[in-house]
Amino acid sequence: MKTSLPPTRSNSAAPAAPSRKNAMTEEQTPAPAVVAGTAPARLDVSHLAKSYGTGDKAKTIIEDLTFTVAVGEVVCIVGPSGVGKTTLLKCLAGLHPATSGRASIDGRVINGPPPEMALVFQDYNRSLMPWLTVRKNLVLPLRHLHLSAQELKERCDSALAAVGLEHAESQYPWQLSGGMQQRVAIARALAYRPEILIMDEPFASVDAQTRFDLEDLCLKIRRDFNMTILVVTHDIDEAVYLADRVVVLGSKPARVLRIVDIELPTVRDQISTRALPEFARQRTEVLSLIKRPA
Amino acid sequence: MNRKALHWILGAGTPVLLLALWWIASEQSTSAFFPPLRVILERFQALWLFEHFQSDVLLSLRNLLLGYGVASVAGIALGFVIALVPVARQILEPLIHFLRGIPPVALVPIFISLIGFGIEMRVASIALASLFPTMIATVDGIRSVDPGLKDVARVYRFTTTEKTFRVYLPAAGPQIFSGLQVGLQVAFIVMIASEMLGSSQGIGAMTILAQQSFMTADMWAGILLLGVIGFAANLIFDLIRRRVLAWYIGSRKLARAA
Repeated sequence: MKTSLPPTRSNSAAPAAPSRKNAMTEEQTPAPAVVAGTAPARLDVSHLAKSYGTGDKAKTIIEDLTFTVAVGEVVCIVGPSGVGKTTLLKCLAGLHPATSGRASIDGRVINGPPPEMALVFQDYNRSLMPWLTVRKNLVLPLRHLHLSAQELKERCDSALAAVGLEHAESQYPWQLSGGMQQRVAIARALAYRPEILIMDEPFASVDAQTRFDLEDLCLKIRRDFNMTILVVTHDIDEAVYLADRVVVLGSKPARVLRIVDIELPTVRDQISTRALPEFARQRTEVLSLIKRPA
Repeated sequence: MNRKALHWILGAGTPVLLLALWWIASEQSTSAFFPPLRVILERFQALWLFEHFQSDVLLSLRNLLLGYGVASVAGIALGFVIALVPVARQILEPLIHFLRGIPPVALVPIFISLIGFGIEMRVASIALASLFPTMIATVDGIRSVDPGLKDVARVYRFTTTEKTFRVYLPAAGPQIFSGLQVGLQVAFIVMIASEMLGSSQGIGAMTILAQQSFMTADMWAGILLLGVIGFAANLIFDLIRRRVLAWYIGSRKLARAA
């Protein structure tokens, strides 16, 4: 349960060990992240725990998670599959209440879906409305915002352009390939103009080339919209490539093993970045954390 | 010749061929029960197209539409409530399963004694009988809405109205339509039965009256008309279904092809 790993140079937060529960607040561990360390915490997860059932049958999914995401930062959460990453995201999105601890945005505790957040789900074919065309899928979440027709059109146009699907706007999701459907789901989130974008293994079921394209799209979104992005993935290379910081989770139940700052140039490239010795060093660092028995 | 044309020719040709056979085989008939088709069609024209069109055919169709319309709206609405409100489900579900076991036609006598022989009785019988298939299908449809879509609706903070009409209703659409289709058939059966049991007007009443007064050709004409109406009603229903569920039919077709 307790992690015995010593803090390394790249730690920006101490590992979450139950014995140090009270020493884990943001003020007391101000170790700055390399990229976004000066920015204030946008999303603050503090001693979050989640279990299902009660009494003897209680099953703890998440033990004690503490980490923060700063404004404009990309944070990846990696961990072995089945560790409870999706449960974590559902807690952050306000879909499930936390059993103890809390997650908050700008100090407000999340107890329902926050208005400034959008989520891209893992199963793209179960998250788009099959009875709506691509454009109408984008418009649906915007209806209750009562935007002008002009703004509505502008938002959808720019979101579709960002994912390169202008030509597919009048098609139905089921007429598109998996990668294109996931791009529609991302476009829907973009048109919503969230300040915080959360993605749950968004590229897990698309082919390698599409995956690279979508990863770069993710970085472009961060650049263009200054969005705070949290990505859950089980792909370590992807996490290192995308993130400013990687939160490494251990199982079971889920807890933070270490938070690794990624010291790669902000502008990244699928070929040259992945060839950097620093990339190899950091992916090894993350991988050894996951492989090593805690 | 391509497949589609062949289908059309077979589909339209077979009934025409059967009618022709019937015509030829019955032409010399002197049986009191099987009059020549020629005579039946003469009576068909005389009875339904002019004399009784307004007083009986339109009346029956109006009852059918009214009863079925009320049942469809109420069935979908009740289905929503039962599927989404746990208390309503616990209270109503056993009752529904009891009531759905009673053959719809068996309800007609109750209605005759409750509301009498008037038009209200017929509309109420049709409505109640065709309510169940729609309602039960709606409950199933709403309950099987993909949890993924529900999560989307919550994350993007859809209003209750949006969730109801823009997520649940279309998602349950395919199942609701199967319920509506069964409901239409039941409504049609009960329309005829209610007229045969307790009315002096309507296609069913005319047909049973003809049978009781040994006007066999008139009876056959009535049966023929019912067949035509039933066929037309299903055709119209299917056209609407194909339009509303175009997305579903298209996606299924694509999934099968893949």
